Amino acid sequence: MYKYDQYDQAMVDARVAEFRDQAKRRLEGKLSEDQFKPLRLMNGLYLQLHAYMLRVAVPYGTLNSTQMHALADIADKYDRGYGHFTTRQNIQYNWIKLEDAGDILADLAKVEMHAIQTSGNCIRNISSDHFAGAAQDELIDPRPYAELLRQWSSFHPEFMYLPRKFKIAVIASDTDRAAMKLHDIGIQIVKNTSGELGASFFVGGGMGRTPMIAPNIREFVPLDQLVTYSEACLRVYNRYGRRDNKYKARIKILVHELGAEEYTRQVEEEFALLLEQGIEPPFAELERIKPFFADPAFEDSAKTVDRSDPDFALWVDRNTNRHKHDSYVSAVISLKPVGGIPGDATAEQMHLMADLAKDYSFDELRVMHTQNIVLPHVKITDLHALWTKLDEAGLGTPNLDQIGDIIACPGLDYCSLANARSIPLAQKIAQRFDETGKGDTLGELKLKISGCINACGHHHAGHIGILGVDKKGVENYQLSLGGSEAEDTALGKITGRGFDEAGVVEAVETVTDVYLQNKQGEERFLDTYNRIGMAPFKEALYD
Amino acid sequence: MIVLTGNDLKSGAVTWWTGTHWSIHIEDAVDVGENAATIMAREESSRRVNVPYAVEATLTAGVARPNHIKDRIRALGPTVRPDLTLKPADPDLGNWVI
Repeated sequence: MYKYDQYDQAMVDARVAEFRDQAKRRLEGKLSEDQFKPLRLMNGLYLQLHAYMLRVAVPYGTLNSTQMHALADIADKYDRGYGHFTTRQNIQYNWIKLEDAGDILADLAKVEMHAIQTSGNCIRNISSDHFAGAAQDELIDPRPYAELLRQWSSFHPEFMYLPRKFKIAVIASDTDRAAMKLHDIGIQIVKNTSGELGASFFVGGGMGRTPMIAPNIREFVPLDQLVTYSEACLRVYNRYGRRDNKYKARIKILVHELGAEEYTRQVEEEFALLLEQGIEPPFAELERIKPFFADPAFEDSAKTVDRSDPDFALWVDRNTNRHKHDSYVSAVISLKPVGGIPGDATAEQMHLMADLAKDYSFDELRVMHTQNIVLPHVKITDLHALWTKLDEAGLGTPNLDQIGDIIACPGLDYCSLANARSIPLAQKIAQRFDETGKGDTLGELKLKISGCINACGHHHAGHIGILGVDKKGVENYQLSLGGSEAEDTALGKITGRGFDEAGVVEAVETVTDVYLQNKQGEERFLDTYNRIGMAPFKEALYD
Repeated sequence: MIVLTGNDLKSGAVTWWTGTHWSIHIEDAVDVGENAATIMAREESSRRVNVPYAVEATLTAGVARPNHIKDRIRALGPTVRPDLTLKPADPDLGNWVI
């Protein structure tokens, strides 16, 4: 994986020193909260419901065991012994003291990590496929390009004060595991008819209060013009994005209001000008980056496992993904034990995952946007030993993409923006389907819960989505069906009036009953919904 | 009744105005009547509290119970981590919050 050069390290170290001084001045009263707030947010430090919250960037979700150990140490030393992996492939700590913030950033810098641009109206952490560099179905590893974009977007002077925050995802397979079309810019690396690699640009997607699927504005940009085209997209947005209205300031609104065709025309015009100026990073830089993502030394070995233990066999079936080397798989560590808090991991669990990465996955881990952890390169012959250790630590739940693998934002339990709690609902739904055994009959079913319209829990893209709202001071939940953040990207449709907490758990069960009654063959929930439509579900829920 | 809440500048901990100082225990919160703005301005400028705001509450069994669930969760901690709330042993905690 990528290693900082002297420029990366110097920039991060300088930022630590700068923020340490800013925090000191705030504590001494030389800065007011109004003056300090934008400075702390630039370093990922929020003031949340209970305390300061620090969001740490995990570039394209990739980290090594040293970094994971460091994250665990921060949880132990400065927080309350745990961290929360987020839907942006980052990690958040919920109980940070301002007086410790400088020391935490210094500890992060020692392992080439930081919290820069994890907040504010700038280009945020670049996300990617959590199986990048390992997946059997990818064209190439997208991470060198994600890293190039990370370098381009870090401290980019023109894009530090955009109309609104800006999120970019890069993938390199037809299977979308990064919700690519629901980003401000989604980039898919593709091959043209001549066999050349290029980037297909999807611009203007997003969730939040106005969910939109990004239109494809250019099918093929040569990879040696990737940064230039990205810059053109950002420039048009930076110039014309709706700074007058926070709720209309995301690029999706601009693309929608201008129309994709007109937005594209302006981008192409800008692109032509930028090409003349020659702003693309030198090819040598990409060549310098690429070797950091070279394949580890894979070895040929057995390609099958002993399936005599049914619990192990189930975990293999559900929680592993096909690898480009047939003696390996990518193994998913579920952070969704039944009744647990989605995405939370204790310091002990983080240390264990780091050790397992070292022992079984060439020292590499990935954070999934679905709030689980991946060991990307596990030898098939090591799977049973790995699973045994995970299971002993409560990390072996076999529920990837099942109804218990729920994305849930922190909700009203932690977030000052939330209207309703998400986590207790996720816990109750997972427990209900586990107790009845019904969860095992449903197959792939992606349920996502957001505690407010900002949609950090990706509810718009859930096969079943739940949105928490405030109904005269009481938590209420809207149900939606039919969303998807995969290659069949779709936005869910609201079923009708909302439910209280107990009611929405019942409603989810009702919806799954309708699915099971109508399912044909191997149809997933989403397939059945797309075939029969909303009506049978509405009828069961409200009549 | 109106009670005042904010966060401790250094630790970020949720605090409540007691009439003389800021406490992490909502049981210590007092009704500030119409003095909210004056107290908040004075206390914030002296850095004894960060980002204070006034909360409507109802006196319940002698304790101010904020009218909105968000402030009740702020008062005691996340409902999903009883080990991290201020009164983890209280069997009525859930009823008080929800």
